[in-house]
Amino acid sequence: MKTIQDCLKERILIIDGAMGTMIQRHKLEEKDYRGDRFKDWPTDVKGNNDLLCLTQPAIIEGIHREYLEAGADIIETNTFNSQAISMADYHMEALSYELNVAAAKIAGKAAGDYTARNPEKPRFVAGAIGPMSKTLSLSPDVNNPGFRAVSFDEVSAAYYEQVKGLVDGGVDLLLIETIFDTLNAKAAIFAIKKYFRDSKQKELPILISGTITDASGRTLSGQTLEAFYVSVMHARPLSIGLNCALGAVEMRSHIEELSQIAACYTSAYPNAGLPNAMGEYDEQPEQTAHFIEEWAEEGFVNIVGGCCGTTPDHIRHIAEQVKKIRPRQLPVVETELAPL
Amino acid sequence: MSGTTIIKPFLRLSGLEPLVIRPETNFVNVGERTNVTGSKKFARLIRDNKYEEALSVARQQVENGAQVLDVNMDDALLDGEKAMQTYLNLLQAEPDIAKIPVMIDSSKFSIIEAGLKCVQGKCIVNSISMKEGEEKFIEQAIICKSYGAAVIVMAFDENGQADTLRKKVDISWRAYKILTEQVGFDPQDIIFDPNIFAIATGIEEHNNYAVDFIEAIKEIKQKMPLTKISGGVSNMSFSFRGNETVREAMHSVFLYYAIKAGMDMGIVNAGQLVVYDEIEPVLRDLCEDVILNRHADATDKLLAFAETVKAKDKVEVKDEAWRKKDVEERLKHALVNGITEYIDADTEEARQKYPKPLDVIEGPLMAGMNVVGDLFGSGKMFLPQVVKSARVMKKSVAVLTPYIEAEKEERRLAHEKSGTKNEEGAGAAKILLATVKGDVHDIGKNIVGVVLGCNGYDIIDLGVMVSADRILDTAKKEKVAIIGLSGLITPSLDEMVHVAREMKRLDFGVPLLIGGATTSRMHTAVKIAPEFDHGVVHVLDASRSVTVAGSLLNKEQKPEFLATIRKEYTKLKEDFSNKKSSKQYLSFPKAQANKTVIDWEHFKPVTPSFTGTKAFDGYDLAAIVPYIDWGPFFIAWELHGKFPQILTDEKVGVEATRLYNDAQALLAQIVKENWLKARGVIGFWPANSDGKDTLTVQAGSAREVRLECLRQQIKKAPGQPNLSLADFVKPASQPGEPGETDYIGAFAVTIEGIEPHIKRFEAAYDDYNKIILQALADRLAEAFTELLHEKVRKEYWGYVTDEHLTNEQLIQEQYMGIRPAPGYPACPDHTEKRKLFDLLDATTHTGIILTESLAMYPASSVSGWYFAHPESKYFGVGKIEKDQVVDYAARKKMPLEEVERWLRPVLEYDV
Repeated sequence: MKTIQDCLKERILIIDGAMGTMIQRHKLEEKDYRGDRFKDWPTDVKGNNDLLCLTQPAIIEGIHREYLEAGADIIETNTFNSQAISMADYHMEALSYELNVAAAKIAGKAAGDYTARNPEKPRFVAGAIGPMSKTLSLSPDVNNPGFRAVSFDEVSAAYYEQVKGLVDGGVDLLLIETIFDTLNAKAAIFAIKKYFRDSKQKELPILISGTITDASGRTLSGQTLEAFYVSVMHARPLSIGLNCALGAVEMRSHIEELSQIAACYTSAYPNAGLPNAMGEYDEQPEQTAHFIEEWAEEGFVNIVGGCCGTTPDHIRHIAEQVKKIRPRQLPVVETELAPL
Repeated sequence: MSGTTIIKPFLRLSGLEPLVIRPETNFVNVGERTNVTGSKKFARLIRDNKYEEALSVARQQVENGAQVLDVNMDDALLDGEKAMQTYLNLLQAEPDIAKIPVMIDSSKFSIIEAGLKCVQGKCIVNSISMKEGEEKFIEQAIICKSYGAAVIVMAFDENGQADTLRKKVDISWRAYKILTEQVGFDPQDIIFDPNIFAIATGIEEHNNYAVDFIEAIKEIKQKMPLTKISGGVSNMSFSFRGNETVREAMHSVFLYYAIKAGMDMGIVNAGQLVVYDEIEPVLRDLCEDVILNRHADATDKLLAFAETVKAKDKVEVKDEAWRKKDVEERLKHALVNGITEYIDADTEEARQKYPKPLDVIEGPLMAGMNVVGDLFGSGKMFLPQVVKSARVMKKSVAVLTPYIEAEKEERRLAHEKSGTKNEEGAGAAKILLATVKGDVHDIGKNIVGVVLGCNGYDIIDLGVMVSADRILDTAKKEKVAIIGLSGLITPSLDEMVHVAREMKRLDFGVPLLIGGATTSRMHTAVKIAPEFDHGVVHVLDASRSVTVAGSLLNKEQKPEFLATIRKEYTKLKEDFSNKKSSKQYLSFPKAQANKTVIDWEHFKPVTPSFTGTKAFDGYDLAAIVPYIDWGPFFIAWELHGKFPQILTDEKVGVEATRLYNDAQALLAQIVKENWLKARGVIGFWPANSDGKDTLTVQAGSAREVRLECLRQQIKKAPGQPNLSLADFVKPASQPGEPGETDYIGAFAVTIEGIEPHIKRFEAAYDDYNKIILQALADRLAEAFTELLHEKVRKEYWGYVTDEHLTNEQLIQEQYMGIRPAPGYPACPDHTEKRKLFDLLDATTHTGIILTESLAMYPASSVSGWYFAHPESKYFGVGKIEKDQVVDYAARKKMPLEEVERWLRPVLEYDV
């Protein structure tokens, strides 16, 4: 069967759209989140979307299938917050490993079905590793800029456990995404490398996706795009890209820059525009798709999809628009200096 | 779609910004003062837990040009891991420091790893080695790689430190094989430190250490071309400690050879390096003998020499030996060192030696100026030195000019006689410089002119207040290759846009350079560049003007250079328009409601000692001098740093001191011979606010003047007011005893009489003293302002009686009350200056004239308002919304479009 590397050489791959937006459509209540197993849990759990992998697996699988049906080549596990540090908000740190295994299996089952139906278009499951609720480069206390709410060791240990769960659950790829503090991402990379060294398994491809938080062109932790790329290059990722915070319009110049400096494949999955006054995203699927088509024509991207506010409809339009466009060619990476 | 992208195997590092080390990157300076083993001061600060102050050490390194910051906490009295983490965490919160990559330096690997856990950028680890065997080495290398760091590998193995060429190369090679083949390191992420040991110790085995290091560089670079070489240089001269002259010379000579051999970076105190070519030749030879191990008795000779310089001041080492060299060498020496003493005689001698006078310019003079250009370009010479070199050049050219003209005339007559055409060469590229219409400031422009002139361009300087027509007419007539515009006050920005539009309309094809204090890359990108298609480039300072002009006038480089600039500006423009929407603004009524809360009921306004105006004509300059703030003087010369610390600064201290001494000498002469005249006027009037943004001033029995203020409109943090100057004057509606009004004051000062002296310096081709004089006149105007303000506070208005502030404290604005100037951040509308001038009758009292852009002429003038309330403070109005502008225009009874034109830089919206 074709590997993801084979597919990336042939065409632009499609990654799925927002999970949260789709979950919202189900209008779930506290009791739905709890299910039977957590009906007596001491804290409220509504809003813990990752928990739904244990309590409402059918809903999550249904969303995965909608995206696969829309044409997604890569679907993300519902594990954006599934590590001990974020789960501690619900006192569910002990569930981290289990959540990742369950999420990976749900996504794997859905993707497997679609691959079996059409082996010419294999589907891949990316284990989603989010930025977590605490940051390593920023102080939460404005009066004490040297203070850190969490340590590198704690962060990398939490990610290590998440990676173990995702790999044990059978994901094909690992996706470190929505990076607004590069040091958190470095802790995730550290954890991934350590996990595969410790377990003596073959390393899975790593996808990295940072977040430029506003039009200043920098990450929340203050790095320029190139500085960010230089800081995570050592992961030897399969792809580097951008997601979240910006719509396709605002993301354009950044993805263009990235396409010129990145030695690996590039990815981009923007939000459905910028939120309106109500905090809702109202960029229409054909609009998003049109912007992304233009990037593809320019040769900026290898993997495209959507983030907050995007739906299977967005993904369908995007997939339709880019399917005949040649993917970005990998740059030539020289290993010798030109003679002076 | 663009062609195939190529990624080169360069060492790439990052802080908040990337640092790419390319083959053409000359030498990377690693800042060394944030090292407890190397800096006693830094060690003390860390031990005393004064981390804030310790951050300033890092900041200073960055300001002095460090491209990487070495941090070392190896001190027996410290918890190294904790100190490293605390310091690095604090550093991350300082964007001006965190922008450069960090080199985490420790002999303990646990401290290195502690540091790696705090830094988001790609660091350098300094260092790892095989001294504890391969296994440990591999383990540490894997850890470094997991954090994405580049590593410095010391040439050290189980048997000790490599002290011979063979061992240095062999150990490096062994480490290279392990790192690239077993650990998976990219070769470009490996930096070797082949050990620099002390030489000239008296022990024979040590004599070849420097040679071994230099040779090792060559071999390592040949075998492993992508790797980098680093080292700590000061070790080498250890046996001469206490003798800085010799040590600095040794470091310079050593680096000269090491960099030539391929050394990429080093922990050096760049500010203390002497220029290789400028080392006293005897000393340089002796250093070379020692470093290159050329004689058995080299060490003894250098030691003997060291004795002779030990007690001497460095300057005294210089002698007049250069006078004995041939005339070409003498001209070069005079140019590089800015010596005018012998230039007339030397030029004359050269003229007689060469067949044509022009040959002297194109030969030895240009050769000398090329050396100056190279030294300046590589940061080995500073601006004041370059301006002095230019003075020498101009003087020399002046000697030759009559002969050149005579020759031309001869040729013309000859052509006329024989009926042929005169085919004079096109000559150097011409660059036109002008301060735009309405603006009178030209120090920066003059410096740019001098620097470009030094680089062989023909400068046409149209001076100040130059209209677009004149600029463009001249540009056409003279066939200039570049037009450069300068301006200091905000209305000049619009004038620059206007010139750009005119260039487009008239189909100009030459690029436009933008410079001056009020200009910015952002403004150029957003407002000027879109108006003209053949290249608009913002030039930050005089040093950059050379490379920019060079790129623009090189046919091959120009298209790519302009394309890069255009792309950069387009991105800036996009970022700018995106950014705008992200800030939140209050409606004007809401902003007014959130004004400064002042308890007026309990405030007793102080009545000034007089109302109306009081003029000062010919104020004693000697009394003004102590109030001078020297900081901006050095900034004008592109020497950055605080005064007086700058005088002892590692990098620019020597030159700053020289400049300071020259300025002091000229200042003394100005005062003694009364070159300049200080004139000023102050005034006070009863005034009240309307509780909003209007101040009503009682200027006479039946005369009311209404001053209109602008208010901050950006949404502030809870509890923070939206400030307006009107907040600082008591509202009229306030209940109080009848007659208890508040007051406002105003002032205008100028320094008059600079022109004849400028003309005299120009006639003597002395740009150096001309620019010093201009900068001093500005300083004196500011100092006079400071002096008057103090007298106002203590005496004329008398609202403070027991103030005892030093000049330092005055500069830091620690006084009570403020003196904001129209056109500046607290009151950005220049047009209010007309009312100020009117109230003071300033033109009659001081001779200051307002231009159509409301700049003050003479350029060395200051004017502003006085506010006395203890809670009054300086602030910036920031961007404002249309609702306020509409209201403001109505209050001022000015057409909205006109108000918008004056306020354009502070408008939040597009007009």
